[in-house]
Amino acid sequence: MSTEKTTTPAEDHVVENPEAAAAAVTAVDPRLLVREQGLKGYVNEFKRKMKAGDLGSLPVVVGLLIIWAIFTSLNSNFLTAGNFSDMSIAMVGTGMIAVGIVFVLLLGEIDLSVGSVSGVAGATFAVLSVTHGMNEVLALVLAILTGTAAGAIHGFVFARIGVPAFAVTLAGLLFWQGFMLQILGENGTINLDSDGLVVKLTSYYFSDVAAAYGLALVATVGYFLTSFFDNRRREAAGVPSRPVSEIVVRTAFLAVVAFAVAIVFNQYKGLPLAVVIFLAVLVITDFVLRRTSYGRKVYALGGSVEASRRAGINVELVRISVFAIAGTFAAIGGLFVASKIASANQGAGTGEFLMNVIAAAVIGGTSLFGGRGRTWDALLGVMVIISITYGLALEGIASPVQYMITGGVLLATVIIDAVTRKTQKTAGRA
Amino acid sequence: MVHVSATPVLALRGVSKRFGAVQALTDVELEVHAGEVVALVGDNGAGKSTLVKTIAGVHPIDEGVIEWEGKPVQISKPHDAQNLGIATVYQDLALCDNIDVVGNLFLGREIRRRGVLDEVEMERRSRELLDTLSIRIPSVRIPIASLSGGQRQVVAIARSMLGEPKLVILDEPTAALGVEQTAQVLDLVERLRERGHAVILISHNMADVKAVADKVAVLRLGRNNGVFEVKSTSQEEIISAITGATDNAVTRRAARTNGEIKK
Repeated sequence: MSTEKTTTPAEDHVVENPEAAAAAVTAVDPRLLVREQGLKGYVNEFKRKMKAGDLGSLPVVVGLLIIWAIFTSLNSNFLTAGNFSDMSIAMVGTGMIAVGIVFVLLLGEIDLSVGSVSGVAGATFAVLSVTHGMNEVLALVLAILTGTAAGAIHGFVFARIGVPAFAVTLAGLLFWQGFMLQILGENGTINLDSDGLVVKLTSYYFSDVAAAYGLALVATVGYFLTSFFDNRRREAAGVPSRPVSEIVVRTAFLAVVAFAVAIVFNQYKGLPLAVVIFLAVLVITDFVLRRTSYGRKVYALGGSVEASRRAGINVELVRISVFAIAGTFAAIGGLFVASKIASANQGAGTGEFLMNVIAAAVIGGTSLFGGRGRTWDALLGVMVIISITYGLALEGIASPVQYMITGGVLLATVIIDAVTRKTQKTAGRA
Repeated sequence: MVHVSATPVLALRGVSKRFGAVQALTDVELEVHAGEVVALVGDNGAGKSTLVKTIAGVHPIDEGVIEWEGKPVQISKPHDAQNLGIATVYQDLALCDNIDVVGNLFLGREIRRRGVLDEVEMERRSRELLDTLSIRIPSVRIPIASLSGGQRQVVAIARSMLGEPKLVILDEPTAALGVEQTAQVLDLVERLRERGHAVILISHNMADVKAVADKVAVLRLGRNNGVFEVKSTSQEEIISAITGATDNAVTRRAARTNGEIKK
């Protein structure tokens, strides 16, 4: 995609090493990545990316389609509107926490405490609003801030004192689980008001069919317009831009997916509120990571801490903020989990839940080695995990097998991640 | 010959630096003019890195004067050096592998438009910069990880040019590079000179020094051990100055020859 000119450098100066200098000023570098015109160009570029290990989301999407195909063939109920809608809501809790994990993984770190922190948020909300009768909105905000504070503490100990994130958050895992049990008290389970704000998070549907179609339309038009105007600016500035035909194809693809999902939701109870919130979070976090200088700093730290420091980035501040973000999303996810079961109980955020969250982020394509990934990965990964859970549950397969299968999928994913990384290194034109 | 202005961009006058009991630099003199490449050579432990770090503001000097464009200045932190217009490219490159070329060039000084990264403007300026330096890389939108060592080095040097520095310090820019890549970097050094930048080049490689430098300043055990005009000095003379094998008469003779050339 490069249009570099072959300028011959000034030849009036004396070069003592003519052979080497001549080699350096040979015509166009044969390795320039110039995409050929038309369809052939795309095919070639795709092949090149495959070889270079630049697979992007492709393995996950293919894997997801295979999983759906298998479960649909086993049980025709799997891809019904009702089950699909249910799965979409069930994935929001795990998915929200996975969004926070993506931030931490981008730094090349890990946060093991998110499960416990999510449990604390659910318990905090339940205790404040149900036991103490506090205003629900206030209790909700306080519950989320609890998560932010917990994350900021982990970040502080990690960034300022220099304790490995693994150790800090492992301590956090134990501490916050104990904290949750402590505030839940003797009973252990607090039921939430079934008409309350938090329960509505997962039980409310926009039943008007216009809502789902409207959202699909807004997404499609919004995508087209931002791509189109971005391209116009690129053309005006004289930098390479996409052909309009490519934008149209991409928009059409998005439209097909968006409207298909909207039709499925409308066949059941309508557009779930939880899904709308999750999509909004994904759009916003993706924007922050890829379009703001804060996001650039997060990626830079994942690439090279020393380079970031020399570029004047406040390494400590970024690290603390990323852990605070992970804590915040853990709390938000915890509220969605509590909302789904309409109660805060002692089991929240324990057991395999943490592993599912981290697996979701990694399966989606976020690298464990830092610096590579997007928050949309959380969506793809959690879709894989929830599909497996629901599919196996429909088949009546017990949880031991579920664990083994999820473990296998996770292993396959990290293998892809490690191999991709290696291929990318060797494909670097050295 | 390259035009050399009267006032040096940077001049060190009798600079000394101690670390505890170690006298790292003693009465070092150095002058760099605009449009001039000065190679700084010396054996390991001769004080090259210390000298560069005093100029870059990492280690403040103990004695002596640093003159910037003829005026004495204090350089006590890296920031002071950057504000004066001194850019340093260290040996271990300060680039992020996972970020593309544009992102690396503008890392830490992103251009923003209404609070959002202005990728279009950054890409345009990157291309402009790389074009003016005749740097060819596969694409400005591929991650640094897929560039060769030489390409990374030229990107790192290009990155230092963004602040429009008057003096560029290159610490062993060709140390780990192959023949062709070394030539690319040396080409770039020559282009910096053509554009009127003063360049201090630290190198162990005499071929590189002979190829691009105008003057060679030799350090030995923290002291000046001669400044040579590259054109009129043989490689053996420089090497003997580095190793200290110089007979005093030869140094004097070299100094005399230099004097004649200047006349």
